[in-house]
Amino acid sequence: MKVGVATSSATEALFSNPMRSLLTMLGIIIGVASVMVMMSIGEGAKAQIEAQISSVGANVLNLQPGNMNRGGRNQGGGSGRPFAESDVAAIGELPFVVAATGVLSQQANAVSEEANWVTNIQGGDAGFFEVNNWRVSEGREFTAQEVQGGAAVAVLGKTAAANLFPGGRAIGERIRVNSVPIEIIGILEPKGQSGGGGMGMDRDDTMIAPLSMVRNRITGGNRWVSRHVSRIQLLVQDGYDVMQAQEEVTALMRERRKISPGDSDNFAVVNFADMIKQRAAAAETMSMLLAFTAAVSLIVGGVGVMNIMLVSVTERTREIGLRMAIGARGGDILLQFLFEAIALCTLGGLIGMALGWGGVFAYAQIANAPMMVSPVIIATALGAAASVGVIFGFFPARRAAQLDPIQALRHD
Amino acid sequence: MTEVRPIISCRNLSKIYRMGDQEVRALDGVDLDIHAGEFVAIMGPSGSGKSSLMNLIGALDRPTSGEMWINGRALSEMSRDELADLRNETLGFVFQQFNLLARQDAFQNVRLPLRYARKDVGDIDARAKECLELVGLGTRMDHRPMQLSGGQQQRVAIARALSNRPSILLADEPTGALDTRTTDEIMHLMQDLNRQGITVVVITHENEVAGYASRQIHFRDGRIESDSAQPDLKRAAEPGQAAGGRT
Ligand SMILES: Nc1ncnc2c1ncn2[C@@H]1O[C@H](COP(=O)(O)OP(=O)(O)OP(=O)(O)O)[C@@H](O)[C@H]1O
Ligand SMILES: [Mg+2]
Repeated sequence: MKVGVATSSATEALFSNPMRSLLTMLGIIIGVASVMVMMSIGEGAKAQIEAQISSVGANVLNLQPGNMNRGGRNQGGGSGRPFAESDVAAIGELPFVVAATGVLSQQANAVSEEANWVTNIQGGDAGFFEVNNWRVSEGREFTAQEVQGGAAVAVLGKTAAANLFPGGRAIGERIRVNSVPIEIIGILEPKGQSGGGGMGMDRDDTMIAPLSMVRNRITGGNRWVSRHVSRIQLLVQDGYDVMQAQEEVTALMRERRKISPGDSDNFAVVNFADMIKQRAAAAETMSMLLAFTAAVSLIVGGVGVMNIMLVSVTERTREIGLRMAIGARGGDILLQFLFEAIALCTLGGLIGMALGWGGVFAYAQIANAPMMVSPVIIATALGAAASVGVIFGFFPARRAAQLDPIQALRHD
Repeated sequence: MTEVRPIISCRNLSKIYRMGDQEVRALDGVDLDIHAGEFVAIMGPSGSGKSSLMNLIGALDRPTSGEMWINGRALSEMSRDELADLRNETLGFVFQQFNLLARQDAFQNVRLPLRYARKDVGDIDARAKECLELVGLGTRMDHRPMQLSGGQQQRVAIARALSNRPSILLADEPTGALDTRTTDEIMHLMQDLNRQGITVVVITHENEVAGYASRQIHFRDGRIESDSAQPDLKRAAEPGQAAGGRT
């Protein structure tokens, strides 16, 4: 087959009627644009989730009071009876626990000399920083002695620091929370957003302070549990089976909370990495669904291409007859129309890609998500468009190739 | 003259068109031999089967029955692709309505058969230029059909038919859409080509056009009525008539 004639004839036909070509391409354009947006959003979410898993740590367990279903979705909202510091200590005794911390948190208004800022105040033990793999980038962390002594010191997250001290110098300065004066001793390295798609909270908008101080002077105690903590976080030794650890911690806490063997837990041990993985799986399902939608619009676009190609074959029947009369084989004609369909779809694919790129860019701006347009996505989008051309162009092209020369020539 | 194999040969050739329960015998048992180097004019009233014969010789159509040979090859034994190659390499077709590609200029139109050629045809652009110069359109190569007169368009069509060096040039009323002066130009061109060795078969209604040919064949009702190469046949068919023209 003579590829040269086929390609030049095909491109010529494409540009001889630009408006019709464009309208025909519309389905492909939309399909490819959505394939691209879908894939890059999916890939962006995946990257973000991976980043979260690594920032949370795969072997951190969280204990929350209240009932939780097996899937890990919080049902009681932490409403159950809180834990006590003694629980944290007991967990810390477990051989596979590297570090543990209780956590008490509350939204509170912090006041510096320069500004007023509502932030999330978290009380923690000295192990908080190790468990959360969250270190100070400036200054220092508070010590176990300071936690014991209830020292009025705190470490600020990047965002809280920036808002309370727009001037920059924070370490050594004092702020007031509920009129309690607190000295800033460190700034945490940035952690970024939690939760996918830009919907999560800014984890850097926080302040970490010694647990006892936060309980005594900010949140207040609990009526039923003395020296309470609302959550416990623990870091499992590297190489130790996290599931196994989860079971052992559950057993210990059931014993400590005096739960009879038949009764269900009134607390939950959650592995955040698992939760994020589950969310990732959900996101994957979602993007599969969207990809399916995109595929449907590509198919609809393909049918449009097939339709216009059939029209084109009919319109150009005499031309086909003439080409056959001067020696074009059926295969030459087939290639010509197949190329035309492929060119139509690929051009539509390119336009769709430009459009999709714009969409991804806009999404990245709005959702504050990273922009993900990998070569794989581009290749997939273009490949999808070209395949649509091959699949839906073949039938009209074959019909053209099978025309009878004399009948085609006589066609009017 | 020694007996040589004819370049075109038809035996008992029939073409029957069926439309509903009606049958049209466009060709009815035609026997015909045309030898290399001949210049044949085919004449006859409208509907007598001239175009039907030409389309069969041009390998554009298949007969209902009978057999034909081109260069000794039986067309009934050839595949679609082989017929395409025959049209490309051996035959050049010129139509009454020129049939040029409207979106392409003269040069591109003439190149087309060469681009479809499967055997090596050498420098395509040079050959296309040469053919256009041969028909006197060397300066109009970049004109589109719309920008050319009818006679010029037909000359482009002839250049296209010639481009792949065919041994047979078939023309179905090539001057049917042209005035007398242009007709003479086109026929002179055909005569020149014939002198260079190309076998030419022309369908025409005009006696002047037929006058350029070395052999005249008259058709009537799908049969050969007279053939100037076989005067016996003619006499047998219509004893009373003088040789030469019909009106
Ligand atoms: N495709 C077709 N379908 C049905 N009948 C046809 C077809 N083509 C030709 N015919 C019939 O076959 C007969 C011969 O037609 P043909 O075109 O060969 O005549 P012709 O001698 O070329 O006439 P003209 O001088 O008018 O061109 C006519 O009666 C015509 O009506
Ligand atoms: Mg005719």
